[in-house]
Amino acid sequence: MTQGIVVQDLDKHFGSFQAVKQVSFQAEGGKITALLGPSGSGKSTVLRMIAGLERPDAGRIWVDGEEQTSKSPQERRLGFVFQHYALFRHMTVRQNVAFGLAVRKAPKSEQRARVGELLDLVGLGPFEDRYPDQLSGGQRQRVALARALAPRPKVLLLDEPFGALDARVRQELRRWLDDLHRELGVTSLLVTHDQEEALELAGEVVVMRQGGVEQIGSPEEIYNKPSTPFVAAFVGASNVLRGTIWEGHVHFGRSAVAGAHRFDDGLEAQAYVRPHDVRITRQAGDMSFEVTVERRTNLGWMSKLVLRLKDGQMLVAELPNEEIEGVRAGNRVFADLRNAKVFTVGGTELTSGEELTKV
Amino acid sequence: MSISATTSSARPSRVQGRSRFFLIAVALAYVGLLLLAPIAGIVWTVIDGGSGVVRRSLAAPDVRHAFLLTGVITVMAVIVTAVFGVAVAMVLTRDRFPGRRLMSAIVDLPLAVSPVIVGLMAVLLFGRGGWFEPFFTARGIQIIFALPSMVLVTVFICIPFVVREVVPVLEEVGIEEVEAARTLGASPTQTFFRITLPTIRWGLLYGVALTAARSLGEIGAVLIVSGTIQGHTETATLYIFRALEERQEASGYFVALVLAAGSIVLLTAIELFKRKRVRERSR
Amino acid sequence: MAKTLDRTLEEDRAPPAKGAARFSRLHAGRWGLRGVAIVYLGLLVVLPLTAVIVKGYGQGLVSLRHALAAPGAVAAIRLTLFTSAIAAIVNGVLGTLIAYVLVRFRFPGRSTLATVVDMPFAIPTLVTGVMLVALYGPNTPVGGFLARHGIDVVFAVPGIVLALLVVTLPLVIRTVEPVLLELDPAEEEAARVLGAGGWTAFRRVVLPALRPAIAAGALLTFARALGEFGAIVIVSGNITGKTLTAPYFIFQLTGNFRFEEAAAVSAILFGLSFVLVLVTERLVKNREARVSP
Repeated sequence: MTQGIVVQDLDKHFGSFQAVKQVSFQAEGGKITALLGPSGSGKSTVLRMIAGLERPDAGRIWVDGEEQTSKSPQERRLGFVFQHYALFRHMTVRQNVAFGLAVRKAPKSEQRARVGELLDLVGLGPFEDRYPDQLSGGQRQRVALARALAPRPKVLLLDEPFGALDARVRQELRRWLDDLHRELGVTSLLVTHDQEEALELAGEVVVMRQGGVEQIGSPEEIYNKPSTPFVAAFVGASNVLRGTIWEGHVHFGRSAVAGAHRFDDGLEAQAYVRPHDVRITRQAGDMSFEVTVERRTNLGWMSKLVLRLKDGQMLVAELPNEEIEGVRAGNRVFADLRNAKVFTVGGTELTSGEELTKV
Repeated sequence: MSISATTSSARPSRVQGRSRFFLIAVALAYVGLLLLAPIAGIVWTVIDGGSGVVRRSLAAPDVRHAFLLTGVITVMAVIVTAVFGVAVAMVLTRDRFPGRRLMSAIVDLPLAVSPVIVGLMAVLLFGRGGWFEPFFTARGIQIIFALPSMVLVTVFICIPFVVREVVPVLEEVGIEEVEAARTLGASPTQTFFRITLPTIRWGLLYGVALTAARSLGEIGAVLIVSGTIQGHTETATLYIFRALEERQEASGYFVALVLAAGSIVLLTAIELFKRKRVRERSR
Repeated sequence: MAKTLDRTLEEDRAPPAKGAARFSRLHAGRWGLRGVAIVYLGLLVVLPLTAVIVKGYGQGLVSLRHALAAPGAVAAIRLTLFTSAIAAIVNGVLGTLIAYVLVRFRFPGRSTLATVVDMPFAIPTLVTGVMLVALYGPNTPVGGFLARHGIDVVFAVPGIVLALLVVTLPLVIRTVEPVLLELDPAEEEAARVLGAGGWTAFRRVVLPALRPAIAAGALLTFARALGEFGAIVIVSGNITGKTLTAPYFIFQLTGNFRFEEAAAVSAILFGLSFVLVLVTERLVKNREARVSP
């Protein structure tokens, strides 16, 4: 691939701690790719290695076909946006945005024009002469973005850009970043621990955990076809039911769910089911099993039902109210599970089962 | 660690009037006794001597030379401790290596060393029979009883000031702005002059002002290394010392008053920089 | 364009915390800036101090014994310790009082007081000595008055103590003030409301919190006073056995080319001061570690 970022077999340790292990992936040119994972997964370290702010112990990095591995951050010409903005506190907004151009000795007229262009783009034109401490968090991050984009970088790297902002501002900026990207089309790599953010913004998601890559795929793939229990649990809410495999089904107590065709009988397994993939009926169906409603929480147009199975395991279902009229705590109903992802337990290798296709 | 002329706790205490009055009175009396009265004393003595003293002293070549020498030593000490002090501060806050804490302790060592011991150290290294004396004598370079040793001892004494005042600023600001500058294409030099230096400027100036004040007033070490050669290696403080010994109180007091005035000017600069540094750090 | 800034990180035990100062590859090159710092400090601080220790104790305790055998030597050391201790105690108490007054009270002249109290940091010690002689010298109105009533200030021990008090005045104030600033006056007021008198409230509520800071300030004062020369050399008259302090003693030895003995005494003096400074810093750091969020 000649456009975009290619990362191969990156390793990084800090003292005795292995932060990044054999990480490889590609971020396609012109698209937003997300590095998704919990804290400590190594995603920020990978990003910083791509930026040149950390040096990998092993591995190689290419951007737009050129190898970057031994280049200084200054030479790489990448845009970087920090979680805590890192704006130059002693400079005005204008000076901040112009910085990348000023250090490359661009003519003043060009600097002025470009700064004006970018501040308009991020909607902060009137704030040119303000200092960072006079701006709100959201405004600061927009300035940081303008600053990163001013020198026309090949690639934009974002390290949890909205992590320091409160929820509402985060949503706004997320949408705004999406629009911005549509307009500019710069190859972007976004590090985040917020899976909603990753699913919403990215064209491709690299899920990371404890220094390694768990899965790479489109948001849809990650969500619907998780390849490991971690991805299944981390991305989107999930119920986990433990049982034993018998004849292609996972049996728990008197109930069973299909999806374990690939596995041998007798193995212990976990079935991951999304709350909205749980169906409730008054009568028993061929695949359904009996549950007791522990609690119902009404959330406007839908409700959350906490269900207890015969063997004591719990299940959370999210259903539109019209489908569960009259269902109340204490009721005995029947649950039916779709799209269960089955993983075996035991040993270090966990393999997934097939999806159940509704018969 | 600072006394700020403007801050006090948000709500002044509502201690009863009597104790409050008493405590304030004690504080003012003590400070007055220790500082203000003596200053008044010296001012009075000079005034008492009449304007003739002032005119004569300013005209005397010895006095002029003494002020000049003090100025030169101060400037050189400031430059050396500022440049290397910033380097040390950067290493202490940004570089991780075993012995960092040891380095920090070494920076503080000069604070514990009496100026006479500093003078002794210089003599042991550069004086007759000193470790480096043959090396310099062979090349015809005079260290002891000349400017170089006087600058060296002053530098030694002032080493902690810039470092201690710049380190907290660097620690507070952190490294992200520097990283941002590098990703935007700035070379290490550009980053230092455009980002790091402006960030530390008030802490640096504060340290410089402290260094200048200390250099101005250095006596113990220079007394030993200078040889007190009139017109050559006599600083303002050494001049005062000699003047008092030779019972030339008036001109001695006059020079002392000039030094006191100079240091009070520096003090206001110090307070100003300190206040600005506090404001910078709280951004 | 080969850059030597690139270095792998070692010695970090945990992954870098977000937002905290990180030692990325942009830190000083191993032998670049770090080398400069090491050479600077090594040549200017470590080397000279080593020279003193080597000279003083290179032949064991011989030099020290000779030094202490000199007339007035032991008296000088005793005098220095004694006067420094007094300075530490007096300024410990009054410095705390002044800090309290500066932090808790508002009154006309408060900011002037705060600035004046910092003066000893700026004024040359020699000038301090001169000022004291100008005011309390035997030929002055004040000095003469006191002399007639049997109190000798200049050229006597009280003068030395006075000089030390002036020179070390800001030290305790500077260590105590920040701690006071962080204490909520409401605690003291609550104690008052509950019936405690002013002094009791202070003693039970404020003082315990201030104790490490006061101790740190007092130790710093003591360490500083041990080495004082400029102010004392003018005020004391340097009378052997009576008003001759340890630093002046070292000065005399050096002037007489008795370097080994001077070095032996010096090493003890700065060793003691250095230990005190270290202890002080530990006390201050502990407080900072506990108090900051």
